[in-house]
Amino acid sequence: MVVLVVLGLMIWFTTMRSLPVVQATGASFVTSSDWLPSAGDLGTLSFVYGTLVTAAVAMLLAVPVAIGVALFLSEIAPKRLRTPLAYLIDLLAAVPSVVYGLWGVLVLVPFLGNHVWGPVSDHAGGFPLFEGPATGRSYATAGIVLAIMALPIITAITREVIATVPSAHREAALALGATRWEVIRLAVLPYAKSGITGAVMLGLGRAMGETIAVALVIGGSSTISASLFHPGYTMASVIANEFPEATGDHINALIGIGVLLFVLTLIINVGARLLVWRTARKLR
Amino acid sequence: MTDPIESLVRGGTITRGRRTRNHVATLWMVGSMLLALIPLVLVLSYVISKGVAFVSWDFLTQAEPFGFNERGGGFWNGIKGTIKMMALASVIAIPIGVASAVWLVEFGRGWFAGTVRFVVDVMTGVPSVFVGVFVYSFVVLNTGHFSTWSGSVALALLMLPIIVKGCESVLLLVPDHLREASLALGVPRWRSVLGVVLPTAAPGLVTAIMLAVARAAGETAPLLFTTFGSRVVTGWTSFNGPDSALPLLIYRGARSAYAPAQERAWAGALVLIAMILILTIAARLITVRKGKVQA
Repeated sequence: MVVLVVLGLMIWFTTMRSLPVVQATGASFVTSSDWLPSAGDLGTLSFVYGTLVTAAVAMLLAVPVAIGVALFLSEIAPKRLRTPLAYLIDLLAAVPSVVYGLWGVLVLVPFLGNHVWGPVSDHAGGFPLFEGPATGRSYATAGIVLAIMALPIITAITREVIATVPSAHREAALALGATRWEVIRLAVLPYAKSGITGAVMLGLGRAMGETIAVALVIGGSSTISASLFHPGYTMASVIANEFPEATGDHINALIGIGVLLFVLTLIINVGARLLVWRTARKLR
Repeated sequence: MTDPIESLVRGGTITRGRRTRNHVATLWMVGSMLLALIPLVLVLSYVISKGVAFVSWDFLTQAEPFGFNERGGGFWNGIKGTIKMMALASVIAIPIGVASAVWLVEFGRGWFAGTVRFVVDVMTGVPSVFVGVFVYSFVVLNTGHFSTWSGSVALALLMLPIIVKGCESVLLLVPDHLREASLALGVPRWRSVLGVVLPTAAPGLVTAIMLAVARAAGETAPLLFTTFGSRVVTGWTSFNGPDSALPLLIYRGARSAYAPAQERAWAGALVLIAMILILTIAARLITVRKGKVQA
């Protein structure tokens, strides 16, 4: 099938392009954070770090809300509200990432920078995570935008998984006199647990691969800093930002970052799909 | 802590603790729902209120001015580029996507079909920036220049897995007795697929395809490396040079420090969202109207 061939081609061509550069740089391609392509320094550690930090912030914010929404929609929302509300959440996924980026950089960045991150770092600046000087374009802002974008995916898949919970399980719990929450905790969650983990991982994959919105709000800096309020870069956003101006080895190194990102998200996606599939299989 | 099932079986009354926990959990779920709607409302209201002020006939029919700080002009170069690119991407992705879905549902058995299904699932999660980088190293470097059609290839790659998944789930809804009736009349397999299964599923297939088109129309990242962008309006039949796209123009406007460029970006965002919403809603209406298969 074409689909398989295409995936193979994708890996082959990008790897061939970037391999010489990565080999020349050696292990420091992923262990060094010195990124100065004009001088031949091609350490990408700070981008890997930025990807992990922003994705972690996004997951921390999105997961409890997304699962809450999914449970609300499938367990307690009145029947008449379910479809329109689910449609609204889907709409959140239909908004293109460039629009989130536009809104993020022109509205969210100034607001958070001046009214939230600034005051927080003034009061809690001693704590390394919140060290100043705080700017709107930072890991934290990127994390929030990513949380908004990952939420609808996690919710959609979680709902799918919850829909496979046999109603006999729910009825059994209800028959024992369980409250609504106890039904969820005793019948729904244990059954759907691995599927929900898969949903969260798919959201994580989305957050790590997201490019344009992050490129607009993260600021752009290839230093690693502990503070969430400092600017940084993620793997995807550095590719988008530097590609148009890059030449020669710089381009190949960016392609190398793309391959690295692809491998990371591939691992996460495959794991996630396996978990979701396993839950779905129980049906048969 | 006592085992919750045990305490249930002992059949106690609903104690205060249990009631409180139920209330807290309900509050969490309802609160999450409200919280999730906040960004949607915020983003849409900003795009609409800021965008409406700058969308005009000129905006839809003129190209961008050459300076970011110049007022006036519009995004016609991008709108036209997006339409061209989506048309070509659809021509590439729809036949392959629908054919793959038909194969998976009607003929696909065994481990190979399982693998294909799994790869399609995984492909929906491939970062769009990587697809762009791939098409850059595969097409752009080999042809030596940025082009409209390389952008279409990238968008087609993004649409393909969505089309396959969507069409597959629609085809699965076609009742088996229709297939069996056709086969019982002695109609060969491929003709019953073409003559019975596909027409029955047609509205659903159209919906699935339109949703994929809507998704791809908003993509920006892959276009940075493939069509690159262009300040001039290119001809309808010109596919060989750099071209612009609506999302690309919004992105450049958002990065600009000049108010006029930002204003155009808001207007562009409104146009883009309107295009996507119209596609999405039209897609749903098709299945609602004729959607006996869907039910």
